[in-house]
Amino acid sequence: MITSTLRRVLLVAKHASFQSRCCVASSRVQYSTVYDSNEKTFDKILIANRGEIACRVMKTCKKMGIKTVAVHSDVDASAVHVKMADEAVCVGPAPTNKSYLNMDAIMDAIRKTGSQAVHPGYGFLSENKEFAKRLAAEDVVFIGPDTHAIHAMGDKIESKLLAKAANVNVIPGFDGVVENVEDAVKIAGDIGYPVMIKASAGGGGKGMRIAWNDDETREGFRLSSQEAASSFGDDRLLIEKFHGNALWLNERECSIQRRNQKVVEEAPSTFLDPETRRAMGEQAVQLAKAVQYSSAGTVEFLVDSNKNFYFLEMNTRLQVEHPITECITGLDLVQQMIRVAKGFPLLHKQEDIPINGWAIESRVYAEDPYKSFGLPSIGRLSQYQEPINLPKVRVDSGIQEGSDISIYYDPMISKLVTYGATRAEALQRMEAALDNYVIRGVTHNIPLLREIITHPRFISGDITTNFLPEEYPEGFKGHQLTSEGRRELVATAAALYVSAQLRSQRFLGNLRVSTTPQEQRQWELCVELEKGSHTVAVSRSGSTFTVEVDGVKVEVSGEWNLASALLPVTINRTPRVLQCLSRDAGGDITLQYLGTQFKVRVLSQLVSTLSAHMPEKVPEDTSSILRSPMPGSVVAVSVKPGDVVAEGQEICVIEAMKMQNSLIAAKAAKVKSVHCKAGETVGEGDLLVQLE
Amino acid sequence: MAAFAVARSSCGLLSGLKAYFKTFRQVKHGVASAAQSQLQQQSRRWYSVSHLSVQERIDRKRNAALIGGGQKRIDAQHKRGKLTARERVELLLDKDSFVECDMFVEHRCSDFGMEEDHNKVRLHHRGPYDFTVFGGSLSGAHAQKICKIMDQAMMVGAPVIGLNDSGGARIQEGVESLAGYADIFLRNVMASGVVPQISLIMGPCAGGAVYSPALTDFTFMVKDTSYLFITGPDVVKSVTNEDVTQEELGGAKTHTAVSGVAHRAFENDIDALLNLRNFFNFLPLSNQDPAPVTECHDPSDRLVPGLDTIVPFETTKAYDMLDIIQGIADEREFFEIMPNYAKNIVVGFARMNGRTVGIVGNQPKVASGCLDINSSVKGARFVRFCDAFNIPILTFVDVPGFLPGTSQEYGGIIRHGAKLLFAFAEATVPKITIITRKAYGGAYDVMSSKHLRGDVNYAWPSAEVAVMGAKGAVQIIFRGKSNQAEQEAEYVEKFANPFPAAVRGFVDDIIVPSTTRKRICRDLEVLASKKQTNPWKKHANIPL
Repeated sequence: MITSTLRRVLLVAKHASFQSRCCVASSRVQYSTVYDSNEKTFDKILIANRGEIACRVMKTCKKMGIKTVAVHSDVDASAVHVKMADEAVCVGPAPTNKSYLNMDAIMDAIRKTGSQAVHPGYGFLSENKEFAKRLAAEDVVFIGPDTHAIHAMGDKIESKLLAKAANVNVIPGFDGVVENVEDAVKIAGDIGYPVMIKASAGGGGKGMRIAWNDDETREGFRLSSQEAASSFGDDRLLIEKFHGNALWLNERECSIQRRNQKVVEEAPSTFLDPETRRAMGEQAVQLAKAVQYSSAGTVEFLVDSNKNFYFLEMNTRLQVEHPITECITGLDLVQQMIRVAKGFPLLHKQEDIPINGWAIESRVYAEDPYKSFGLPSIGRLSQYQEPINLPKVRVDSGIQEGSDISIYYDPMISKLVTYGATRAEALQRMEAALDNYVIRGVTHNIPLLREIITHPRFISGDITTNFLPEEYPEGFKGHQLTSEGRRELVATAAALYVSAQLRSQRFLGNLRVSTTPQEQRQWELCVELEKGSHTVAVSRSGSTFTVEVDGVKVEVSGEWNLASALLPVTINRTPRVLQCLSRDAGGDITLQYLGTQFKVRVLSQLVSTLSAHMPEKVPEDTSSILRSPMPGSVVAVSVKPGDVVAEGQEICVIEAMKMQNSLIAAKAAKVKSVHCKAGETVGEGDLLVQLE
Repeated sequence: MAAFAVARSSCGLLSGLKAYFKTFRQVKHGVASAAQSQLQQQSRRWYSVSHLSVQERIDRKRNAALIGGGQKRIDAQHKRGKLTARERVELLLDKDSFVECDMFVEHRCSDFGMEEDHNKVRLHHRGPYDFTVFGGSLSGAHAQKICKIMDQAMMVGAPVIGLNDSGGARIQEGVESLAGYADIFLRNVMASGVVPQISLIMGPCAGGAVYSPALTDFTFMVKDTSYLFITGPDVVKSVTNEDVTQEELGGAKTHTAVSGVAHRAFENDIDALLNLRNFFNFLPLSNQDPAPVTECHDPSDRLVPGLDTIVPFETTKAYDMLDIIQGIADEREFFEIMPNYAKNIVVGFARMNGRTVGIVGNQPKVASGCLDINSSVKGARFVRFCDAFNIPILTFVDVPGFLPGTSQEYGGIIRHGAKLLFAFAEATVPKITIITRKAYGGAYDVMSSKHLRGDVNYAWPSAEVAVMGAKGAVQIIFRGKSNQAEQEAEYVEKFANPFPAAVRGFVDDIIVPSTTRKRICRDLEVLASKKQTNPWKKHANIPL
């Protein structure tokens, strides 16, 4: 359990602003984002990645007049990055180790298309020295640091030793490879709990686990090494003292389920002062120079409350969150990477790197934030609309309406970035952008994002590792309505219901019978919301509804376009954008209000009265059945029918989006039946095991 | 329909004489007034001489009828999770639009038949078998009332909705109640194709009574509280020695998923009635009326980008036809008929630019979307309903063929498949067909092809109109030859695409999938005035 007992709690260390410092480590010249078409660069670049980052890189390539080649797995054949590229080559079937990690196929694609350089994006082969080596052997430029730097920094164990040598502050921990489970327990005991078990070759939160006791260490060791082997082909682990990583907003359970993947980032930090920033930047540059680094990279530090900082790791690639750096510096980092790779010097001096305004990035994921702050969800984006019509909003995505979010890849939908002169302005824009973002067909984390960015503690800038578990100790439950918010929501739902009812009486065309029904003036309704029930009276004048909710008047006006996903309304003179997700004949309306989806039931008084007589449907008893909490594939089943399991005992392991999740028994019981076997693919809600 | 309106709405009457006069004042439909004024005069006369006996009797009767079987029976009905007939009617109809008739008919049995005035525009008729009165078994008088209403409905062209909650024939009445059934059956048959008929089963419905819903166009059920069977579990046990519960034998699940008797099931009485209201708005009033057009907020030229990527590259991979249907329909609204039965074909109603359309689509997600006995029958009945009631038919085709095998052949797939072929061929309503992927063999012909008088037939670029898939074709044509893979590639190149059909004019155009909605809306506009007639005949002889 992570509680508030972390005494040496540590804050934001990951600052995109350092990225640029690292970039500039080896060159200078002046500031600009001009795309100089006369500057001779590559003719054709292959992007060895998919999704959002592949599209991002291609955008810059297009601006620079460079032809692009996409690689894709067969399920990605109609993906956005494939359509965007000038050429596309299929490199294998869906599993990443057979396609996006398949170096042979990618090398073939490079030869076939005559690509001169490769941009690896992040993840996949971006920090794979073997790949960089093979490219070098064929005279293809790797857009990123050279093999030496990748090797040195990509390995967490080695990088730590190197940083120590370069006089960079490091955190205590075990500097060698952990041999086996018992070794792990012993080392953990020596360092003192909590500890973090990390894959030496890891990144992106994969192969990473936090352990608070010996049992967790054993479990963590096993799962991490399996994950590390499947994601990076290298199962070496290291263990160090766990402090939590700043702005890794999901800790605790989410660090087990979502594993230390970031949700909201911003630049600049609310915590650093200019001196610390400079000192940190200088150490970063020191380290970069020590390994003769020559591309974009990120050095992560851990900062404690006394503004001491310690080297954590260096990512030798373009970071996921690079857009916020671009927003506040005005640089196009991909362009700089390509230029540096071609051998041009950087166009900027350190003094030229400004901090202009404030940028915030929310990572929009296809996941259910109500389950451990985010369990992956899959599906087809039946409707999808990015809020790019709003000012100062940038959306980096690699999907479109109709795209599938599959179990094979990262469930990120997009990176939503807003910026403004001040943090408050950027946050305000983020609120609007989240409200106007239409995503249907998959469960997404917008409810959580919207709650975080409007949370008083977040607004004040007091952001730590434990933000989520501290603020939502019982787990995330969505937006908690105030009584005023409740009235607004109820009133809007009632007005929407009445508009729909009125419209259903308007028939066009030549009906035999006269079509002028007398419009009902006053509607007496009963609105149910979260187990509460409200008496509501609605009257209409034009497009404005006066709704009396339990005697309090609320005025709601809007266009009442019943086909639109967005529902812009003015409630008591405050403009708001709600979304109507569903509306059915039984009066059930699902509205997205302040980011969270609420199920509202609007009933006429008559229906409401008669509802009392309807039989209650008995829900299934869930303590004796185990259902898959997410779609994925079964890695292992640890029980068979007839076994007796203890409460909390592992029953099976499901892998989804490259993450292994151990499912445990909710009570001590005998296993009645097992409905899955290792290797099978299961959907969310599928019955796995039944207990007696 | 006030000619036989005696009372108006159920509440308000309880307060006696005053309300009674008020009621009359509110009725304002032509024919009625004469009869009413007469009645009014009469009652006034009685009133003026303070001789209230007739008036008192009227009131007393009316009150008795309103209470139905009495408060106790009402409570018992509620306890079972069901509503009384009167409450059901109130829910189903617009406020103040219900007009009851024959409240005074006696039993021979004193139930009531009802006449309804929906939306004040839409008229429909039909008396619920009032379960709180007499356990809902059918009396001669009851049947007579139902017949009266149905005759009227047919005469004026108003849909009929039956709310069934009946125990079966009234044993005490013997042959008279049997005659009553037959009278209703006859009306059901006569009204078939004249006015839409919908049955909502809201309680047990056993014995002969089940044939009335079976004859109507749509049968809906309420989960857990409604049953339909010829003979109940007791009789089944004594005859075949099978142990079966009511629910297993004839519950909503059985009939919507296994037997195909019912078209859809709803959670409870309220859910069912509210959904029925919604469903009703898709239907025209009669075969003389056009399909209704409602106000539509969804732009008719809306592009649906998701459709461009929905058909997977591998021809063996499935996708969900419902995604296409919801993508193109107004506001993504699709009222599916028989969603749990023969799922390899999808049928239901939607609107295009406000206009009701019937949609038929093969479902690649289930059994590759092949046509088998059940799906052919399901599709055929739906197509015939649309044709009878002037509802244009949209057909989405992705069909690998008819399902092979002994069970299908022995079951008569030939004559059942012919039903769907027959239904599409005889239909004269506007017919628009979109081939999304496979259109193989005889199944291609069946699915509203150009050859069966399809008005507009489109193909998506992913369409393959051919006699069969590449693999099967090559195996037959080049039996025993070695270079089959090569031949297969050649076959794919030559036949597995929309061109062979397009060059012959069997498809009118190859369209970009995302423009499908726009194209259909425009075509429907043009086809709205389509007139086509089949040669005169007494009736066709569909292979039943």
